[in-house]
Amino acid sequence: MTIRFTKDHEWIKLDGGVATVGITDYAQNALGDVVFVEVPDAGKVLEQGKDAAVVESVKAASEIYAPVDGTVLEGNAALGDDPSLVNTAPEGDGWFFKMSIKDMAQFEALMDADAYKSFTEGL
Amino acid sequence: MGDTSLLRTPLYDLHVELGAKMVPFAGYDMPVQYPLGVLKEHLHTRTRAGLFDVSHMGQVRLRGASIDAVIQALEALVPGDIAALAPGRIRYTMFTNDEGGILDDLMVTRFEDHLYVVINAGCKVEDLAHLKAGLPADISIDYLGDDAGLLALQGPEAVSVMARLLPQAATMGFMSARSAMIDGIPVQISRSGYTGEDGYEISVGAADAEKLARLILAQDGVEAIGLGARDSLRLEAGLCLYGHDIDTTTNPVEAALTWTISKRRKTDGGFPGASVVQAQLAGGPARKRVGILPEGKAPAREHTEIQDLSGNRIGEITSGGFGPTAGGPVAMGYVDAGSAAVGTPVQLIVRGKALPAKVAAMPFAPHRYFKG
Repeated sequence: MTIRFTKDHEWIKLDGGVATVGITDYAQNALGDVVFVEVPDAGKVLEQGKDAAVVESVKAASEIYAPVDGTVLEGNAALGDDPSLVNTAPEGDGWFFKMSIKDMAQFEALMDADAYKSFTEGL
Repeated sequence: MGDTSLLRTPLYDLHVELGAKMVPFAGYDMPVQYPLGVLKEHLHTRTRAGLFDVSHMGQVRLRGASIDAVIQALEALVPGDIAALAPGRIRYTMFTNDEGGILDDLMVTRFEDHLYVVINAGCKVEDLAHLKAGLPADISIDYLGDDAGLLALQGPEAVSVMARLLPQAATMGFMSARSAMIDGIPVQISRSGYTGEDGYEISVGAADAEKLARLILAQDGVEAIGLGARDSLRLEAGLCLYGHDIDTTTNPVEAALTWTISKRRKTDGGFPGASVVQAQLAGGPARKRVGILPEGKAPAREHTEIQDLSGNRIGEITSGGFGPTAGGPVAMGYVDAGSAAVGTPVQLIVRGKALPAKVAAMPFAPHRYFKG
């Protein structure tokens, strides 16, 4: 299992050919209380850096971008009932969607955990 | 935090100490939320009591040769019935322009010898210039500015909290004000607010503001509440936010604020834009501010397009978001008069998708003002 991070604070975890995507603890903390998440439907083709999902906090809506090119396999239905999972378990049950990865080179080029940690410390 | 170009209220240091997230708002560095978070702050205010720093608002005292002269002078600028106010009573009204547009909304309190006015932070400079230009030269305009702080204690437990500090507070009527002493601190306290809950607003000298805030925060049931929850609370209460739900392009009739204009003032006019307002009162406005209740879970934000079921644009959301007490999205906005009836189905264009919604009665959370 390998995890990578984007500069937009998405994480993508690869496990046996299926990648799971969510937002980091840093991101959920900055967003505040999450009240609504719009996840993509299975089959949606994603393009790296383009809109993939929407997360709304009490005050504002934020776009979640696809970390790499690929296709959505499943949106996290649990977020429909309990969007606060994004706050309580951002890197666990609060995941947004699962996807297939088209180009592994894109995945490998993203930040690893140490690089992301340094990145957020510099913000 | 720490942007030195921003103004600070007398409670700035306290906000930082309490761990507030500070954001620029109307030129001030203000707490948008505390560590509790907007959702819990909102719900705490609805169930117990929340303390808000609203010192960024403008406090002004108007004096003249007689109180009647001051009342008459202010009535030339607002459609509200100021003359009808008994001493110690408060009225919500607005400054209008010659087209009937709203320059700002304000609270006016009549005291024995002067009027006390609270104006919006973002409108202070323009309002003071407007008062100077519009009032006779012998009316003095005393802007309290940085000499005064303003606190709001809101929520069902506000009365029990305040009664511990000032027993007379418990029997004050809604929309009334008085001078008082709290633990040796001279204050002016009113039973009013901006959340739909029972509560108080307390004007206090800048030097005493932090001491008073700490005293109130030390009471059981009180939490510090930021501007984020203030906004969701007032939205659920159906109350207008200047610059969003009302501005110079909207008039009091369209804004569903006709209730603020008494029969005498409707008939006699005598305020800027009176002819426009009177014509709309007679013929009905072309559009109206209404509550909008999205049927799904997605919040519809400000500027979201409102369409009828045929896809015609009929208006726009002016305030919208998640209502923690309502437990879902709530909004208000303007729609064509023909679509303004409660229950009218509409659709909201959110991120390119048409989401079903209905025109709804406001408030979204029942008002719980003190009825005596």
